[in-house]
Amino acid sequence: MASLRLLLAKPWIWSFIGAALVWLATVTFTGGYGGGGMITAALSLAVFTVIVGVGQMFVITLGPGNVDLSLPANIGLASAVAMKVMDGNDQMIAVGLLAALACGMAIGAANYLLIWALRIPPIIATLSASFIIQSIDISYGRGLQIKPPPGFADFANRQILGIPVLAILTVLFTIGAAIALQRMIYGRSVLAIGQNIRAAWLAGVNVGRIRFLTYTLSGALGGLDGALLAGYFRGANVDIGNEYLLASIAVVVIGGTSVAGGKANVPGVWGAALFLVLLLTMLNTFGVSAGVRLLLTGLIIVGVITAAGGQKALR
Amino acid sequence: MTAAPVETGPRGSSERGKLARARLLRSLLPALSLVLVLLAIAWLNPRAISYFGFSLMLNLAIPIALATIAQMFVIAGNELDLSIGTFVGFVGCVTATWLKDAPLVGVVILLASIGVYALLGALIHLRNLPSIVVTLGMSFVWQGLAILTLPKPGGKAPDWLLSLMAFKPPLVPFPIIAALLIAAVVYFGLMRTSYGVILRGSGGNAAALERAGWSLLKTKIVLFALAGLFGVLSGMALIGITTSADANIGNGYTLLSIAGVILGGGEFVGGRVSPIGAVIGALTLALAASPLLTFMHIPPDWQVAANGAILIIVLAARVLISRRER
Repeated sequence: MASLRLLLAKPWIWSFIGAALVWLATVTFTGGYGGGGMITAALSLAVFTVIVGVGQMFVITLGPGNVDLSLPANIGLASAVAMKVMDGNDQMIAVGLLAALACGMAIGAANYLLIWALRIPPIIATLSASFIIQSIDISYGRGLQIKPPPGFADFANRQILGIPVLAILTVLFTIGAAIALQRMIYGRSVLAIGQNIRAAWLAGVNVGRIRFLTYTLSGALGGLDGALLAGYFRGANVDIGNEYLLASIAVVVIGGTSVAGGKANVPGVWGAALFLVLLLTMLNTFGVSAGVRLLLTGLIIVGVITAAGGQKALR
Repeated sequence: MTAAPVETGPRGSSERGKLARARLLRSLLPALSLVLVLLAIAWLNPRAISYFGFSLMLNLAIPIALATIAQMFVIAGNELDLSIGTFVGFVGCVTATWLKDAPLVGVVILLASIGVYALLGALIHLRNLPSIVVTLGMSFVWQGLAILTLPKPGGKAPDWLLSLMAFKPPLVPFPIIAALLIAAVVYFGLMRTSYGVILRGSGGNAAALERAGWSLLKTKIVLFALAGLFGVLSGMALIGITTSADANIGNGYTLLSIAGVILGGGEFVGGRVSPIGAVIGALTLALAASPLLTFMHIPPDWQVAANGAILIIVLAARVLISRRER
């Protein structure tokens, strides 16, 4: 009983409860049909949101105003880069993944360069950067019809006992991210900067370097996500990352990370990502039109945020 | 980001003169960017600088300017509205359907949507919510409503709106007159009335305002309602020009409006905004967005990038000037 109460006190538990409720509602609607397949599909799709969500979480944890709006453009460009470098050749998979990572890291570093050099809020810096990245992608990826190498597409779609391999790897990655956040100097520094940037600086945290690393990390994860998405959906696309602008921010906030910064939560990102994916599946199962689906998605996100409440920076 | 320079002790007159010059330069920056873009257009295609040329080039400047003003009200209160684009699209769909077929219902819907904006302001203040997330969620709501209102592109603007937007005054093209009018009205309301000062103060120093007895809830509601009002005007103006609507018609306006406010000298925090600058910023964007780039033979692929680059260049120029201001 005490352990249950302890569990309920965790901020991330609510996103998992929400995901479970949505799943139950859908399974009840279908009369128990396809419940397992739904979880498999949800896991495979949630992976992509979790990867960018973790990057966005580190950025948002840096404190008020910190957000990476260039992720959708980043994902789009990296998906094109990965497909072009791999060129349908199984031997080039690793090189292509590295190229996508490098592309993402370059974008992240450029983002921080803008923030640092122009002393502008990250929102406008990453927004301006995303304009430019988008154009590069449109011009670079025009008419790109390259399919991913068969080995890579298989890997992105492979399952073991109904559990996608990518999901297993992403769980391992998020465990690593949680350890980095709570137990490593880097993560503690991110939290310290989010709680009070001046105090962190006075305590000897190299604020500039940590912020640079965080934006680069977010960019790198965006790049990796782009490559994996292109493998999963069998092709690159300029618009492939569009839905991850809202999704990456929403999973962070729904998952119990404070928008004011200084308080992050890795398990919540998984719960919130599953919740969002299952929510879309549920609305699709109910057969609602595109308009109603958008309307309900928006209302539920606003509702969840309102219920969770926010603690703004105590500036 | 840039705090107002604090007067510390006496300064030499030459130093004060330098400071005043830097400030003047800074406030003139939006106008300078506009002049620069105009000069470039005049150099590349002299024939564009005419009554007809301006009417054509500034065609879409009115809705962009109105959306920018809407965003400016939100930014004045230290918030950000990521839903203004889809909201403009939603208003456009209502304008092209209900407002034409059943004007009374249309007016009620539009008034109610302004009410929703006011409620959002109240919600954000009362629950202490991050406006980015709330408005990002709302952008889906507006888009969903737009698709429900008008599932396929089409509809038709009301005749009175069409004739209003097609108005051809003598000598000066209509978009320029409209821009001047918008700038003048908002400038007077926000910069020259006592409640306008309170509204800007809620972004400048909320705690001080609250201690002075002003309701922050009310200022937030008013700012968001004004944003909703100008969003409605923007959507209606847009449909008056395009004559028919599409659920995605306003999607680009979110980014344009934020860029317009920043180009016009607005700051993200501190309630430092400028209505005249915002309108100038919107005009600059409207001109730089396509006419200039078309004359420069920049392929459409790179036009978005050019917008981003213009934004970065102006911000860089501002940093250089602000450094001198210190």
